[in-house]
This record gives sequence, C-alpha cells and structure tokens, in this order.
Amino acid sequence: MGVFMRISRMSLKYRWRLIFGMIAIFMASVFQLALPILIGSAVDAASGLDGGNLKIANEMVASSIDATTDRFGEGNNPAKTALIIIAVFLFIASVGRGLSAMIQNYMGESIGQNIGYELRMLYYEKLQRLSFSYHAGIHTGDLITRGIVDVEGVRMFVQTALLRTVFLVVLIGSGMYLMLSEDLVLGLISLSFVPFVAWRATAARLKLRTNWYALQERLSGLTKVMDENLGGIRVVRAFASQDHEMKKFDEASNKTLSLANVQVGIRAKNISLMGVAFMLSMAAVLWVGGLQVIDGELSPGELTQFLAFMSILLQPVRQIGMMINGYARGSATGGRLFAVLDIDPNIQDKPDAKPLEITSGTLEFHNVSFSYEDEHALNGVSFKAEPGHTIGMVGPPGSGKSTIAHLVPRFYDPIEGHITIDGQDIRDVTLDSLRKAVGVVEQDTFLFTASVEHNIAYGDPWAPDDRVEQASKYAQLGDYIERLPGGYNTMVGERGVSLSGGQRQRLSIARSILLKPQLIVFDDSTAAIDAATEQRIRAALTNLTKDRATIIISHRLSSLMHADEILFIEAGKIVERGTHEELLALGGHYNDLYELQIRPSEQSRNSQNEGSDS
Amino acid sequence: MTNRRTHGRSHEIPPKASIKLGPTLEEEVFGEAFNGQVVGRFISYISAYKKLLWVAIAAVLVFTISSIAIPLIVRNVYDDALKDGVEDKAKLGTMVIIFLVAIGFNFVANYLQELIVGRVAERILVDMRRAMYAHLQRVSLSFMDKTEIGKLMSRLQGDVAALQEFLQTAVFAIGDFVLLIGIIGAMIWLDWRLGLMTLAVLPILFIIRIIWLPYARKSFLRARVTSSIVSGSLAENINGIRAVQGLSREYVNYDLFDIRATDNLNAANRASKFGVMMLPIVDTLTGAAMAIIVIVGGFFVLGGTIEVGVMVAFVLFVQRFFDPIRALTMHYNVLQRAMASGERIFEVIDVPVDIQDKPDALDPEEIDGSISFENVTFGYMPNQPILKNINFEVKPGETVALVGPTGSGKTSTTALVHRFYDIWEGSVKVGGHDVRDVTQDSLGRHVSMVLQEPFLFSGTIFENIIYNKEDATREDVVAAAQAVGAHEFIMKLHDGYETPLEQRGGNLSLGQRQLLSFARAIVADAKILVLDEATASIDSYTEMLIQQALARLMEGRTGMVIAHRLATIRGADRIIVLQDGEIIEQGNHDVLMELGGLYSRLYSMNYASFDDIPDELIVQATQADDGMAT
Repeated sequence: MGVFMRISRMSLKYRWRLIFGMIAIFMASVFQLALPILIGSAVDAASGLDGGNLKIANEMVASSIDATTDRFGEGNNPAKTALIIIAVFLFIASVGRGLSAMIQNYMGESIGQNIGYELRMLYYEKLQRLSFSYHAGIHTGDLITRGIVDVEGVRMFVQTALLRTVFLVVLIGSGMYLMLSEDLVLGLISLSFVPFVAWRATAARLKLRTNWYALQERLSGLTKVMDENLGGIRVVRAFASQDHEMKKFDEASNKTLSLANVQVGIRAKNISLMGVAFMLSMAAVLWVGGLQVIDGELSPGELTQFLAFMSILLQPVRQIGMMINGYARGSATGGRLFAVLDIDPNIQDKPDAKPLEITSGTLEFHNVSFSYEDEHALNGVSFKAEPGHTIGMVGPPGSGKSTIAHLVPRFYDPIEGHITIDGQDIRDVTLDSLRKAVGVVEQDTFLFTASVEHNIAYGDPWAPDDRVEQASKYAQLGDYIERLPGGYNTMVGERGVSLSGGQRQRLSIARSILLKPQLIVFDDSTAAIDAATEQRIRAALTNLTKDRATIIISHRLSSLMHADEILFIEAGKIVERGTHEELLALGGHYNDLYELQIRPSEQSRNSQNEGSDS
Repeated sequence: MTNRRTHGRSHEIPPKASIKLGPTLEEEVFGEAFNGQVVGRFISYISAYKKLLWVAIAAVLVFTISSIAIPLIVRNVYDDALKDGVEDKAKLGTMVIIFLVAIGFNFVANYLQELIVGRVAERILVDMRRAMYAHLQRVSLSFMDKTEIGKLMSRLQGDVAALQEFLQTAVFAIGDFVLLIGIIGAMIWLDWRLGLMTLAVLPILFIIRIIWLPYARKSFLRARVTSSIVSGSLAENINGIRAVQGLSREYVNYDLFDIRATDNLNAANRASKFGVMMLPIVDTLTGAAMAIIVIVGGFFVLGGTIEVGVMVAFVLFVQRFFDPIRALTMHYNVLQRAMASGERIFEVIDVPVDIQDKPDALDPEEIDGSISFENVTFGYMPNQPILKNINFEVKPGETVALVGPTGSGKTSTTALVHRFYDIWEGSVKVGGHDVRDVTQDSLGRHVSMVLQEPFLFSGTIFENIIYNKEDATREDVVAAAQAVGAHEFIMKLHDGYETPLEQRGGNLSLGQRQLLSFARAIVADAKILVLDEATASIDSYTEMLIQQALARLMEGRTGMVIAHRLATIRGADRIIVLQDGEIIEQGNHDVLMELGGLYSRLYSMNYASFDDIPDELIVQATQADDGMAT
C-alpha cells in the first residue's frame, strides 16, 4: 500500500489537473447516467400515448419535456415532440460525455507522463549519486530495466488506473443510488455483479502483483544471460559451448514463460468470470423486470433504462480487468523503483558543506582506516602529498592501493581517521568541488559511443579544441588520433573504432589531464601502456605536475622509482616508506620486488648487449 | 581559440554530448503498414500452433456472435413477451433461458480466447527470441564483431515484444471485424431503413480518422523516438557511471538528460492530445446516431412500422458499434510497428551462417594435437588479405609463440585454428584433419582458447571454471584451480568456490580473472591450447603465478601463444615472427637473435610487449630489414 500512497501523493502535486480531472469525472458520470434515462424515456415516448397523455416514467425527463414544450410550443403530436426533445438531449449528453471523457483522459495521461518524467529524473539523479560500492554490487542491466520498464509501469498505472478508479467508483456509486431509488429490487439485482467483481478484482490483484514482481526479476535474469552471452561471444565460440548457452537461455526463458502463462491464466479467468457475472445480473434484470412489466408494475422504458445502464457499465467492467493488471504492475514496478530511490547515498554533501578552497594543494591522510563490508582494506594509513611532489604506491594485489585512490575523491568514506586537502576535511567540502580538484585516472576506461573528441572532453564538454588536442598530445595519443579516418571526429565505443588497451588508457589519461586537476592520482592506469611510452607521457606532464601533487599507483617499479616518496603497502598497511634508494638500502619487500622485476630485464638487456657485441 | 562546435563556455551552447540524435532512429521505428514477406515469415512461426489458433479464432467468433445475439434476444423479449397484448411469462422464461445459453457460450469463448491467444502469443515470443538467439550463436564472428550488443538486445526484447503484441491484436482484430460486420448486418436485418440512416454517421468517422491519422501517427512516432533516446541516454549513464562520477560530469549529464526527458514529456503529452481528441468525436457521432434512432425509430414505432424492441436493440447496438472501429484503427498502429520490428528480427535471422559443418563432417574422438597451416591466405575484406600464403607446422606437444607488431596477423592466425573464419586459400589442419572436414563441436572439444581479456559470466567461481564441461567433477575444478595457483585466493574469498562473481568478475583483480580463465581451459582439457597473452602488466606476484600457471597449462598440450611477455616468448619451443601477414622469421630465441632480423631488433628495443611499440620505431625496424635484404 505504501507504494500507492506514494504515487498518489506525487500526483497531488498536479493539483489543477487533478481538480479538472475530478470535475470531468463528475460531469462524465452525470452525462453517462443521463443516457440510460433518456433512452428509457425514448422507449416510453415511442410506445405511444396512453389516452392522449405521454407516459414517461422518469419524472425529471417528463418535466423537462414539459418545460421545453411550454416555451417552444407543443407540436401536433406530443409523442413525436417528446421524441425530438429527447433526441436533442441525448445528443447533448453524448457530446458532453465525450468532452468530459476527453478532459478526464487527458488529465490522467498528463499526470502520468509528468510523474513518469519526475521519477525518471529522480532515478537518474539518484543513480548518479549512489556510491561505487552500490554500483559494483548490482548488474547494470537490472538498473537499466528499472529505469525504463519500471518507470513505464508506474506511469501506466497513474495514467490508466488512478483517475479511472475514481471514475468507476463515482459512476457505479451514483448509478447505484439512481437505480436503487428508482426500484429497489431491480436495482439490487442489476448491481449484484458488483461485489463479485470487487472480490475477483482484489484476489486477482494480489496474485498478479506477486506474479509481476517475479516476472520482472526473471526478465532481468534473462536479459543478463543474453547480454553476457553476446558480450562474451568469443568465449562461447572458443569453448564450442553453444549448447550449454542455449540451455542457460532456455532455462531463463522458460521461467519467464511459465510466469507469463500464469499471468495469462489469471487474467483470462478473471476477465471471463467478471463478464459472466455481469451478464448474469443482466439476465436476472431481464427476467425479473420482464415479469414486472407483464404485471404492469414497470414500464418498458424503465426496464430499458436498467438495461441501457448496464450496457453502459459493460465497458468499465471490462476495464476493471485491465486496471487490476495496472494496479498489480504499478505496485510491483513502483516497489522496485522506490527501493532504489530510497537508498540513502552514504556519500553526500553535508548540509553546511563549502566548496573546497585550494591554497597549495596538499593532500594528507591522517591515520585512515577503511573496510569493505567486513573485510579490512586499510589500517591506519598516514601520508602527505605536497604540491610538486610525487608519491608512489606499490604492493601486492588487494593490499589497498586502489582503495587509497578511491578515498581521495570520496568514492568511499574512511571508517576511521580523516583525509584533508589544504587542511580541510574532504567530508566537509562539497563533492563537486572535491572531485573537480582531484583527477583519478582509472585502470578500466569506459568509452562512450561518441567521437574521440567528445570522449576526451567528457569531463569538460565546453573545452576548446586546442585544449583537447593538447591533452591528447600529452597522453601520447595525438598522433594516433590524427591518423584516424575522421581525426578527432572518429567514432569510438561500441559501434566505432576499437581501441587497444593501451590506447584506451591513454585516452583516459587525456580525459583527466584536460581538466587540469590540482591533484592527480594514477590508479594503475598505465598497465597496458608500454614503459617507454609511459616515460614520454610523464615527461610531457612535467609542466603540469610541477606545482601539483601526484600519486602513482603501479605494479611497475619503473613507473614510480623516481617518486619523492614510495609507500610499500601490504594488507592495508604502509610497511615501508622512503625514496627508491632508501628502500633498496632497507633490503625489505621493496627490494625483493625490485630483484624480481627490474633485475631480469636488466640482465636480459645485458645479455642482449653481450649478444650484439659478439 | 577554435572549437569545432562552439566558442567559449556557456550553458546556452550545447555541451559535447554523447548520445547521437540521428535520423536513423526515425527510420527504425517507421515501417510500412503491411509487408507481405514479414507476415509470411511470421506465419511460419505461428503454424506450429495452428490448431490452437483455430480454436482461438473459433472462440473469438463465438464470443462475437454471442455478443451480437444478446441485444437481439433483448429485442425479442420486448416484442414477443412484453408487448401489449402478447404479455407472456412462459415466453419470457424461454427468452431468459436462451439468454443464459448465450451467456454460457460467451463465457467459455471469452475464457478460451483470452487464454489461448495470450499463451500462444507468449510462446511465440519465446520461440522467436530463441530462434534469433540460437542464430546469433552460429553466425560468423565477423558479423558479431561489427554489431553493437545493445542493438541486438533491443531486437531480442523490444522487437519481439512488438510482434507478440501484433499477434494478440491480430486475433482480436478478427473479432472486432466480425463484430462490426455483425452489428451492421443485424441492424440492416432488423430494419434496413433505420439501419442505413444510423450507419450514415460511419463515413463521417472514417473521413475524420483519415485526416486525423497522419498527424496522430507523427505525434505517436515522435513520442516513441524521444522515449528511446531517453532510454539510450539512461543506459549509457549507468554503464559509464564510474567515468561520470570520476570526472564530475553529473550536472552536465543531468541537464542533458533533462532536455531529453522533457522533450519526451512534451512529445508524449502531444501524442495523448491526439489520442483523446477522438473521444468527443466518436461520442458526438454516437449521440447523432442515437438521436436518429430515437427520432426516426421512434416515429416508426409510433407509426407502427417497427416494434419498440427493434428500437431498443438499435440503441444497444449503437453503444457497441464504435468500439470495433476504434480498436481497428488502433490495431493499425500496432501493425505498423510490428512490420518494422519483424523486418529487424528477420534481418538478424537472415544473416547467413557462413561457417557450417559439412553434412559428412567427422567427429574424431581423439586427435594427435598437431596444427598445420598450408599456403593459407585469408582476410576479412575482399582484396585485403591479412594473412598471405602462411605455412607452418606445430608438432604435438610443441609450444609455438607468435610474435609481431600490431596488425601483423597473429590474432587472425589463432582464430583460424578454431575455424572462427573460413580461409580463402590453402588449408588449416588440426590433428591431421582439415578444420572444414570436422564438426565445429569437435574443434571446440580439442582446441581450448584463452582470450586476452578474460571474460567471466555471472554465477559462482565454480560455475565459471567448470563452464560447459558438465561432466567434470568438483575435484577436477579444484585441481585445475590448484594447478594455476588460483585455489589460494579462491579459498580466501567469503564462500570459496561458491562465491558469486559480480558483473564480468568485477570483484576480482585482472590477474585473478586471468587465472580463472586458465583454470577454465584446464578443465576443458583439450589437446591444443591457443592462448592470447594479456598485454596489460600485472603485479609481479600474480605475474609469477601466471607464468607458472602457463607452464602447467602447456604441459602435455600443443600450444600456440600470442606472446607479449619476454619470458613467455623465450620459453617457447619455437618463435614465429609475423609481419604484414607473412612469416618472416622462425626459430627459437637464440637462433633468431643470431639471425639479427626484425625479432632481434624489436627485442633490443626492450619493450615489454611487441604490441605497443610506437609505429615510428616499427617502421625503423622494418626499414632496416628491407635495407638488409636489398
């Protein structure tokens, strides 16, 4: 129920549209209900004169006919005059019904569209703020499905179910009143289907809701299977595992099929049961009413009125089936959507956050500890990165180096200790200003389906061309781009030119340096770039980094050998620190690593030199 | 300061966006209303359910007829049982019983039509999706290479759903059509003059709809196009969320998304204006028709020409008379969309499978593990050979390293062993058999591949290592993980082998993912192993593990390795140096160094990988080669 309350509350914002919609609903019901009365009266009028007098049973119609004839004069045949007058009323009522239905539908759709828009924006905004840890734990396909299919589900609910429910309640309610006041017994009989329909509707809604929820989950699963199969098609081919993949697909697909079949079954059962309940009460009206007519207790017109009323209700009753589906789908999809919207991003601006003020650009870790869920990742890390200085970090995988990189722009928050930039705790400044000041070059580069230029200028879409070109040149990518068929306008990404791992990383570097961040963190972002190219990148960046602090995380010692301070990190702790020479002299882990990495290649160089000498 | 798009920084100027708003989208959603070929193909999918569908159509007809019968019965009640003088309770009873029978039919038919149509439509949705998916498992990699996954996904989902919708409406459209004909027939049968006069409003509706349709369709289309742009934009943001947050692009993206979402909102509102516009028109015409019935019909009744029951039946009919017309024009939209979707689906299904097993293809149980390339010429594009007249042989148990600059044809060579592509000339033999003479499944069994970028699936680590080798035991999996040195880190994970992997193995490091893909290859236990070594440098510890794992992997197997690491290259029994699709040198490390050709020059540049050597240097190296040759 919470879901409906929230959706309804959202629609309260569109006050005027709701009010107009409600007025239109009221009008539509009035016109709608006038129709059977008028049709009944027409039958009475057509049945002729009874001793020179019209015997129109409905007093309201009779008196308005009198009023009209008083004003415009009576024709030679009062029955014919009455028929003409009723016809005019019928026409007016129909036009009125059509207009008010139009307003009502438009208001409903428009509120639905607006709520859909709102939810979409809220969802988008929320996703952008949710932290890396959230995104890491959820499949992108699932998030996309929620943003597209589930928003659509809620929108459809608002559009088709919300206002229409009110309409139906008003219509059936006022119809009930009219019919019951006209003839209690016949009225009760003609409404006897209502409780049955209500009961079926409630039962079906509950079943359909769980079904929709499960189906939506299954569909996400199926999407995942297909997406991974297509993404990993080379693995599939390499292992000739088409049969295995088809089995996975069939499994996922059959699960959705059986749920969909259950849904079809529920729907078919309900639609037909509601239909038959309705028609049974129509048969009862025909029989009981017919007997009354024969006994002279009821005019044929009155009976027609009941029948016409019922046939007007036929369509709405059919719609109840659709609406139940809308309710069920609305609560399932709304639930999934609100589940995301309700997550409190654990990383956000404090209410009194101020923009970061850079004075010199000094980064300091003060005794920082961090853990992912229950795994300890960092333990009491302290260091200081001053402008113009480079800090190198090295250590075995999973030692916490990347965690350090991710803490600086607050992708995560430390659980203990604090991080400052120029003395300001990064949790006290605005995220935006912080992330603008800190550039993290990541190991994996996501390419957007766009031109190379747009990809490089991703962080500053208004950057002039010469800056984009310069950044590319610094990243040693400029020559390559210029040789591409379309130069900077060449499309990359999924449907464009595919870049090698090294080229992607260079693009990522260009992306970051374009922004000229005050602090640059290279998070193992040169792994696929050759050492020599990396040296050239670094040389090109000297100008940029000379008054900025740089952190280099790398497995390759040659990348960080020249750093002003090297931290050797193991199991979340800094176990050794110092310059390259100091650490070698220490003869600890760093020295071991050096032995392992640098020596062989120096040896090979030597042996090769020997080879060429000979 | 020049800018290809703008000058200066201003929010009035569009930022460098990423989602393309091309006209292609419009083309994609527009389709002809009827395409015989698409319908024909579609029917072939339906034919499996022919019997069921006949039942469904019969149910639709029964339902329609019983719906038409009800007002007629009511008319008879009025004229035979209730009329002055006739008043007959027995007759009324009979009529009510007939009415109940009609209701019974109506109920059963209604249930059947909903159930069968719904289920068959779901079934066909699954069938078509399956056909497309199964086909994608067989089409050539050259097709997959150049096709965007997102596009295929939207065909597998959206387009298939559009066809499902089409099938549903098609069956109900038959009912609507019959209903319309039935109502017209019944009205004319009841009283042809009154019938024709009432029907006079129909042409007006048709004319209005004809004028209305093109505008409405355009607005519906616009709503759909803007909506798919919004979806694309959302998907891109989700996929690139790390870049978005890391580069603080949230505000720009939010604004761009807002523009698109607002665009969609406006388009949708406009479309619904067009949609609701028809309501008062139809109701006005209904009102006119009713007025005609009341006046003309009423006068006829007064004049004694018709019975009052006929008039009642007419009024009841008119209430239902516009529904099928409305529905039929709605179906037109669905039809149009379905044709476009159908074309796109069949386009995928029709992509030729150019690599197929011969009818008499062999399925050897055992092979000896040798590979040979004889005069192989191959390319992806006509007249642009990538491999030119390649000849070499790998003996069982031998490990060969393929070395050469980017674009020299190493990856193509390995792909041919697995017959990912068919060659132009010559022959590729595996275990003495031409790869075209054996089944692709047997190639898959005998040739294992480890790709440069380890691809992992959702599921547990265990499921990823065992992959499609369902007869492997848990011990096999653990043994494989131990062999490649992955066991240790796996056991450190929360649930060991049962630890679920995040998307693409995101919770593991690159090195760990690689080890898992090695373990997967060991479990597959093929005679021949084709391996594309990763270029990215990983930490020295994992690197050491990987080198050891590689050695274990190659034990007792024939190996063909695209090698980047010096250690790997030097460890190979033989090195084949490729350049521009030709083998220029062959031999072990020492022999090649002795030779002093391209290999020795590349080697002496001391790049960790031959792939990322700057082009200029390659050019230098190869020119030196040419210089020597002349």
